[in-house]
Amino acid sequence: MAEVQSNTVAGNPSLASAMAEPMRAPASRLRKVLYVSVALAVLAFPVLFDAPFPHHVMIIIFMYALMAQSWNVLAGFCGQISLGHAAFFGIGAYSTGYLFFAHQISPWIGMLVGVVLAMLMAVAIGIPTFRLRGHYFAIATLLIGEGVQIFFQRWELVGAASGIFLPIVRETPLLSFQFHTTKLPYYYIILAFLSIACFVVWWLDRSRIGYYFRAIRDEPEAASSLGVNVTLYKSFAFMISAGLMSLAGAFYCQYVLVIDPETVFPLSLSILVVLMAVMGGAGTLWGPIIGAAVLVPLSEVTRIYFGGTGGTLDLMIYGALIVLICIFKPEGLVGAVKLQRNEPSAETSEETSDDGAARS
Amino acid sequence: MTREIIFQAIISGLLMGLVYALIAAGLSLIFGLMEIVNFAHGEFMMISMYAAFWLWALFGLDPLFSVPLCAILLFCMGVATHYGIIRHVLGASMLAQICATFGLAVFLRALAQFFWSPDFRTIANPLVEGRVEVAGVFMGLPQIVASVGCLLAFGFLYFFITRTETGLALQATSQDRQAAELMGIPTERMFALGWGIGAACVGVAGVFLSTFYFVFPEVGLQFALLAYVAVAMGGFGSILGSLVAGVLIGLVESVGGLLIDPSYKLLLVFGLYLIVVVFRPKGLFGRY
Repeated sequence: MAEVQSNTVAGNPSLASAMAEPMRAPASRLRKVLYVSVALAVLAFPVLFDAPFPHHVMIIIFMYALMAQSWNVLAGFCGQISLGHAAFFGIGAYSTGYLFFAHQISPWIGMLVGVVLAMLMAVAIGIPTFRLRGHYFAIATLLIGEGVQIFFQRWELVGAASGIFLPIVRETPLLSFQFHTTKLPYYYIILAFLSIACFVVWWLDRSRIGYYFRAIRDEPEAASSLGVNVTLYKSFAFMISAGLMSLAGAFYCQYVLVIDPETVFPLSLSILVVLMAVMGGAGTLWGPIIGAAVLVPLSEVTRIYFGGTGGTLDLMIYGALIVLICIFKPEGLVGAVKLQRNEPSAETSEETSDDGAARS
Repeated sequence: MTREIIFQAIISGLLMGLVYALIAAGLSLIFGLMEIVNFAHGEFMMISMYAAFWLWALFGLDPLFSVPLCAILLFCMGVATHYGIIRHVLGASMLAQICATFGLAVFLRALAQFFWSPDFRTIANPLVEGRVEVAGVFMGLPQIVASVGCLLAFGFLYFFITRTETGLALQATSQDRQAAELMGIPTERMFALGWGIGAACVGVAGVFLSTFYFVFPEVGLQFALLAYVAVAMGGFGSILGSLVAGVLIGLVESVGGLLIDPSYKLLLVFGLYLIVVVFRPKGLFGRY
């Protein structure tokens, strides 16, 4: 039994890569060129394709990428699989929407309130549930997510099941975060949010905290015995994750201007976020973005070509794809296209992959 | 609030709880064997309900007679799930395992909605309908049949697990896979059998439910959530624990719904889950 245990640890590519990281070579010139050109392409996209529909699709991709990235912080890096992340999305949407609707407080402030509330909620959820192992935690978050939705469906103050219709304001678009003539500002705002999330993940990935996260994910007992305060860092991961998710919720609220418990707290949203991150590659910087970039257009295409019931055809494809990914490429699409961070240090990565292959 | 009303709530909770117990037993069996939570469990139930519905709609077969057919169908589906999906993710990370069954759930639900539309369907004129009154307490006959049927299935499952050679082999596999293998137990086939039986359990529960509940693509979700609670409460892997927890949940749901507010009954059950797992993470009868 002990032997099997050590085998799985050595054969675990994620752990091996975590160990190999200090030896990572600096980004090659090719990589820098690639990053800069991606950044330029994304910035120039709305000018090149100047029509509402491509803008809309990109906005939705960015929004889902932001959500998947937020989930990635908690689950991909810290190993705590949340199946109720929609709760934080909804908290963000409701904080923003309710404060603007009832007290005319600028959505920008409402958004910050939402982020703080989501973080507090993450701590409140985390304290009792972080003791739970693996599946128990996943199920607890699933139930909490559903519970929050039920709660909001009954909460009269915030409109119960019918939700909130945000008042339309045309005079001060920037202050009231509503742009009625063009989608361009939305595009750049969500892009900025996504960039913040990616920067956070990039920074985490390199910082000491990131190592703690991965240690907690791969070997919680060992991490704890080496003096890592497991609960503290899990809470930290959960807070970052919840805050980013709430940001996406606030954006969604301002983008569609109508929110109700059915659209901002659904289980399907929690699931979709998980599927995107896992499809792209959980625990990587680019995985969630790639996942969103693959799945969102897929659902738009099926909706266009199959109409009506096409709404579920995309889910059928998602479901089948994710099963296939889990079977054949558990590390996600990022692993499949070999875009991993530690690719330049060919020696170490080769060594670890050989190691894994030989043992498995 | 009279005593009859409370008594009524207790009886309805008990009847429903027995159905939950069978659903949870299937889930628990699978988890006990290989430490994998079947997140498609509710969808298995949904498929079984649709099977019962179509057997009734196309061939006029009453759900009570289609119980064995649906059990066999679901057994095959469980075995196929094991060989097609689960076997390949056994060595993978927990995330991959969770997502594999979650993906299957999404796929099955979307499939049902795609082919059979999101409409709510009911089986009209089932063989057993109406209700009986015993000492001022009303009980729906389909509910009684369902709970008795589920209890029988449960008893059969329990007998199989604890008294037959195959059942003991199944238990041995769930306790220590390698030791079981050394004793000559084909653990791979035991896993497949476990999936088959687990799916058949939820299949039987689904058929009975279809006699008094709506059939629609999302029907599995609510029952699956309750089953997760039941399994976690009873202890993952404990068949008897899921019976106790299933009944307990049925009671909390119906009595709590009566005393507080019916719309919050799910919240009560979820709260119960949190309390149990925080204070006794292994569950009431759990090994893990």
